[in-house]
Amino acid sequence: MSQERKLRVLVAKPGLDGHDRGARIIARALRDAGFEVIYTGCHQTPEQIVQTAIQEDVDLIGLSILSGAHNYSFPRIMELLKENGADDITVIGGGIFPLEDIPKLKEVGIKEIFTPGTKLEDIIKWVRENVKPRRVDAA
Amino acid sequence: MPPEIKQEGDDSMSIVEKVLEGDVRAVARLLRDIDDQVPSTRSILQQLYPHTGKAYIIGITGPPGAGKSTLVDQMTTYYRKLGKTVAILAIDPTSPFSGGAILGDRIRMQRHFLDPGVFIRSLATRGHFGGLTKSTHDMITVLDAMGKNIIIVETVGVGQGEVEIAECAHTTLVVTVPGLGDDIQAIKAGIMEIGNIFVVNKADREGAKKTVQELRNLLEMGKKFRMETGATNGWDPPVIETQAHKGIGIDELCEAIESHREYLTTQALDELKKIMVKRALHQFSETLKDELFKEMMRRMEKKGMNIDDLAAKIADKEVDPYSLSRSLIRDELKEPESAV
Ligand code: B12
Ligand SMILES: Nc1nc2c(ncn2[C@@H]2O[C@H](COP(=O)(O)OP(=O)(O)OP(=O)(O)O)[C@@H](O)[C@H]2O)c(=O)[nH]1
Ligand SMILES: [Mg+2]
Repeated sequence: MSQERKLRVLVAKPGLDGHDRGARIIARALRDAGFEVIYTGCHQTPEQIVQTAIQEDVDLIGLSILSGAHNYSFPRIMELLKENGADDITVIGGGIFPLEDIPKLKEVGIKEIFTPGTKLEDIIKWVRENVKPRRVDAA
Repeated sequence: MPPEIKQEGDDSMSIVEKVLEGDVRAVARLLRDIDDQVPSTRSILQQLYPHTGKAYIIGITGPPGAGKSTLVDQMTTYYRKLGKTVAILAIDPTSPFSGGAILGDRIRMQRHFLDPGVFIRSLATRGHFGGLTKSTHDMITVLDAMGKNIIIVETVGVGQGEVEIAECAHTTLVVTVPGLGDDIQAIKAGIMEIGNIFVVNKADREGAKKTVQELRNLLEMGKKFRMETGATNGWDPPVIETQAHKGIGIDELCEAIESHREYLTTQALDELKKIMVKRALHQFSETLKDELFKEMMRRMEKKGMNIDDLAAKIADKEVDPYSLSRSLIRDELKEPESAV
């Protein structure tokens, strides 16, 4: 009777960005792929996002941002995860990013960035291949 | 924590210690393991159990979108001002099609995310009926042992039969809103009986007074019936109007919760005892069922019996599920036939 772990994902919108259409679509797609998605709405600070990820014990944080403020919030979130010993959580981003920013974000530990027009099935496929629920014995 | 309870060779002891110290990461991970039915959680729960019984458990139920999460957010603010710590279990439905879920109750509770005195966990029903999750009772054990003063459980907001909350909460709030189609019909079946306090939220909307009046009438009828049958008790459920999004009526609501707690802990000790026994019975019988099932599976496997093969035989009508279960249990429990 070994039951499989459910993948848990936090979809969050950092900063003052109110563009939530993409985040909602992603949340729905992840649900339809069989994951448990915690959606916290807009206007989240990096601190709120990290605390939520820890309390909810998620495997993946998906950040959605279209406002251009990612160069502050993304590295800050990675820093806070490390400070809290939670840097085993995978972090990805989606939304609007100038091409030159993407390598810098990956350097601080963001695993992947998805820009407008990305097919939902490609996102799901990436998640399935790259994010595994925490192992039982690592509890 | 007395050291003699340490289990053979595992490091559950340190998890227990961390939980008792209120370590958020350890608690969060343990809750996940419980939800995922990881077997080692049993011995951890066993060690946490003696440390429970201190928290006050509040249940909140009502139709989708009634404002349950917004009320929970406001109640949390109220209790934090009194210096009490709060844990929240917020339950949303699992999609029967994909097995996934969107857990959105946190959206209404953002201002508490950074408060170390508040712990919030979103849960998906995962096919469990009754308004809670299979794991809710055990999670309450953990949050209680962790030292949270108040535990608020928001049930999944569907339909009518979600009454399981009354099996674990000291005080159950039933929330409704004005203008729900056939008005009060929407919360009639089964739900009227479990409410210790009724909340008419969205009282800013038209028809609030009418809804309050209808509820009061229904409660009055229920009371008469109870008196006639001699089953009367000393608590008359109040009906409270709130506007959760503006924080209006929250003081009255929380004062009513405190009155109910007062009532339970001073006047109605037998009722309090009944609630605790009901909860214990639920936990005990669920655990017993689970453990028995697992033990049977283990023994069958050892004998080379595979449950899928047996199911195939049943499907082929070679054997029926009733006599097969009975004979397996009889063999294992070694009891005379009549006893099974
Ligand atoms: C619709 C829209 C709005 C709507 C938003 C409605 C809503 N509730 O979401 C409204 C009209 C409100 C709006 C307002 C504004 N907008 Co506007 N808006 C757009 C527009 C046209 C489309 C965005 C959208 O919804 N796309 C559809 C969704 C599905 O796509 P998506 O979000 O990109 O998501 C996809 C991927 O990016 C990725 N993804 C996204 N998030 C995530 C998360 C994860 C985890 C993953 C894996 C993937 C992922 O996957 C999705 C599927 O492929 C864009 C232009 C554009 N073409 O993108 C401008 C745009 C985003 N807006 C812009 C601006 C400037 C504004 C305003 C400031 C305008 C103003 N001056 O008032 C305001 C600000 C509002 C606010 N409070 O933040 C700019 C941003 C510029 C920048 N980044 O430097 C844009 C780019 C337009 C432009 N070219 O100037 N906007
Ligand atoms: N007008 C009005 N709106 C309210 C009131 N209370 C809450 N709302 C709004 O009602 C909507 C739903 O509130 P929630 O708190 O999410 O309701 P819920 O019962 O938790 O919903 P589910 O968990 O989805 O069943 C939100 O948009 C709230 O802002 C109120 O008193 N008046
Ligand atoms: Mg809710």
